[in-house]
Amino acid sequence: MLTVSVEIQVLFAGILFLLGLIGLLVRRNMIFMLMSIEIMFNSAGLVFIIAGTHWCQPDGQVMFIFILAVTAVEVAIALALILQVYHHFKTLDSDAVNNLKDAY
Amino acid sequence: MDVFFYIAACVAIISTILAISGRNAIHSLLFLILSLLSISVIFYLLSAPFIAALEVIIYAGAIMVLFIFVTMMLNIGIERETEKKWLQPKMWIIPSALAAILLVDLLLALKNVTPVITDREAIQPKQVGISLFSTYLIAVEIAAILLMAGVIGAYHLGSQKKKVKHRFLETE
Repeated sequence: MLTVSVEIQVLFAGILFLLGLIGLLVRRNMIFMLMSIEIMFNSAGLVFIIAGTHWCQPDGQVMFIFILAVTAVEVAIALALILQVYHHFKTLDSDAVNNLKDAY
Repeated sequence: MDVFFYIAACVAIISTILAISGRNAIHSLLFLILSLLSISVIFYLLSAPFIAALEVIIYAGAIMVLFIFVTMMLNIGIERETEKKWLQPKMWIIPSALAAILLVDLLLALKNVTPVITDREAIQPKQVGISLFSTYLIAVEIAAILLMAGVIGAYHLGSQKKKVKHRFLETE
């Protein structure tokens, strides 16, 4: 079917992962940081699917289903935490949440 | 054949860049949904139609709806006076164009790609299910425990409690 070489497919997944990492490092809004984490999870799953298709094994798709479950749990917990942070601090800036910082 | 992959990959990268660089959270979430849909097209082209369906249903459906609910609950960037500005064409012309490109790409791919059922190389959902519930049975049970913990944790964290401060912290 697809004759694109595996290197290019993995390169595409790597670009997506890099974009997610850049977003996580650059943005300070917690919603955007969570979105960047989602992008990174998704590109990791994409690599699993690429590998599973390359070797014609179902294990890659099984791993993607597990990644899906982990992502769903992570998003639910993280959004609940974001709601709590917003109630306490009235902001979503992750730099504002520094109560554990050493006072000096 | 390969051109479908490249088009979907370009749409995915462009919409991801727009998603992480946007100012408005809702617009970025819509771009992120577009990115997930294009990755789903790539899954279909990689002869994993079951995973493509799961990506659309769970990622673009359930998880993004959760995101949008919370974003709207927090009322980020939603101001009445900016609402008129959103309805200008330049706000929706880029995502609409990207989505139209993706739709055309998917339709042409559906027409031209050999059906996955007759393809011997393709991994059938049946194989995935057999592998999931035989080889990876322990992992499925661990995932179930994880989901249970997630439900309890999200319920506990999401409940609005009265803020109780320790009396030593009350002075500030």
